[in-house]
Amino acid sequence: MIRVVLPYHLRTLARVEGEVQLAVEGPATLRAVLDALEARYPVLRGMIRDRATLCRRPFVRFYACRQDLSHEPTETKLPEQVVSSAEPLLIIGAMAGG
Amino acid sequence: MSSVRALIGTRKGAFILTADGARERWDISGPHFAGWEIYHLKGSPAHPARIYASQTSGWFGQLVQRSEDGGKTWEAAGNDFRYDGVPGTHMWYDGTQHPWEFKRVWHLEPAPADPDTVYAGAEDAALFKTSDGGRTWQELPGLRTAKGHLWQPGAGGMCLHTIILHPERPERIFVAISAAGAFRSDDGAQTWTPVNRGLKSPYELPDPDAEVGHCVHRIAMHPSRPDVLFMQKHWDVLRTDNAGELWHEVSGDLPSDFGFPIDVHTHEPDTIYVVPIKSDSEHFPPDGKLRVYRSRTGGNEWEALTRGLPQRDCYVNVLRDAMAVDSLEPCGVYFGTTGGQVYVSADSGDTWNPIVRDLPAVLSVEVQTLS
Repeated sequence: MIRVVLPYHLRTLARVEGEVQLAVEGPATLRAVLDALEARYPVLRGMIRDRATLCRRPFVRFYACRQDLSHEPTETKLPEQVVSSAEPLLIIGAMAGG
Repeated sequence: MSSVRALIGTRKGAFILTADGARERWDISGPHFAGWEIYHLKGSPAHPARIYASQTSGWFGQLVQRSEDGGKTWEAAGNDFRYDGVPGTHMWYDGTQHPWEFKRVWHLEPAPADPDTVYAGAEDAALFKTSDGGRTWQELPGLRTAKGHLWQPGAGGMCLHTIILHPERPERIFVAISAAGAFRSDDGAQTWTPVNRGLKSPYELPDPDAEVGHCVHRIAMHPSRPDVLFMQKHWDVLRTDNAGELWHEVSGDLPSDFGFPIDVHTHEPDTIYVVPIKSDSEHFPPDGKLRVYRSRTGGNEWEALTRGLPQRDCYVNVLRDAMAVDSLEPCGVYFGTTGGQVYVSADSGDTWNPIVRDLPAVLSVEVQTLS
């Protein structure tokens, strides 16, 4: 299971509390996790990445294991600690504004 | 007994204000969608318990929310706003062409007779429509062929902020875009004509005959007289008596003809309201006095309405979608400010009272009159 921590506003939209746990089929890439997340919570489609291009929205970031994965290709496999559930994947609303 | 429900969109959520027909004691619910920008909420005329809300965020994008119980509970509807085909380009600030990019929905306009049909005005400017209650949205792309390559964003963004559906002829629709101008369709949004003749924008547009490029801030119509429209432009208050074929200025004796909202009295088609703002450089009322101006003659002759409004040290703005009227007798007039106040006048503007003083900056005000 992949543990995912959503930012406050997306937890509210998805009506979840705490972490989300997702089963991912095949290689546990960022794209596969986002596909699984949106499949379970359709309200999040378009909120994290563009619906058409699947590009990350500019003020959303992906962190895990103290690494910023935001600029990694989405087909890159997630860190082993995330795959093994030892660490969560963090989806972050970036700091913006004052 | 009649009651009213005011739908308030703010920078940090939606608020719903309800009162009986006296409009003196108000219940306030909210914030709904706390922390999100709610650009606009509007109820279906055919089914007033059905309310649509435009929920948006610079981080997470656009949602349309839908309520079936007058705003007590909400469900997310569709949020897939895609321009039809290849989006094309419009004029950018430096004179080059720039691709159309969807940013948010500024205005939602439910159809008069069908609660599942809603028009949405978007930034970058385009008109969308749903026929299934907001689940799916389709662009009506004919609008952007009306010289869309010459449209240019104003400082607030290139937004389609006004949608007026003709009360008897569903094929006739008016929209207004900043900073492109006013447009009319007579065939159900298939084709569009710029209707900006008579508008003068010498400071922004050197070409006196420019068909598009005018910074229209708001248009209002009285349903009993659908060929008469009133406009608050960037500068100038204008009127047309022939559905936009020709506009003429009716700013008259206003202390400033810059402003954002304009609205029409429910029972008096020649009584109109504006809120003069000092200038495009200073977005606050002249002399620090918040004054609504009313004309009972369809323009030109204006009276200041001050009773109950702050007459010193007031430096708020009133945005284009932040004024509304109810249909009670006497007509109620409402407006919200960037300082978070929502004011009501239950006597057509003669006296004003704050319903609430400390909301986030108000983006929009709509009012439903319920029986």
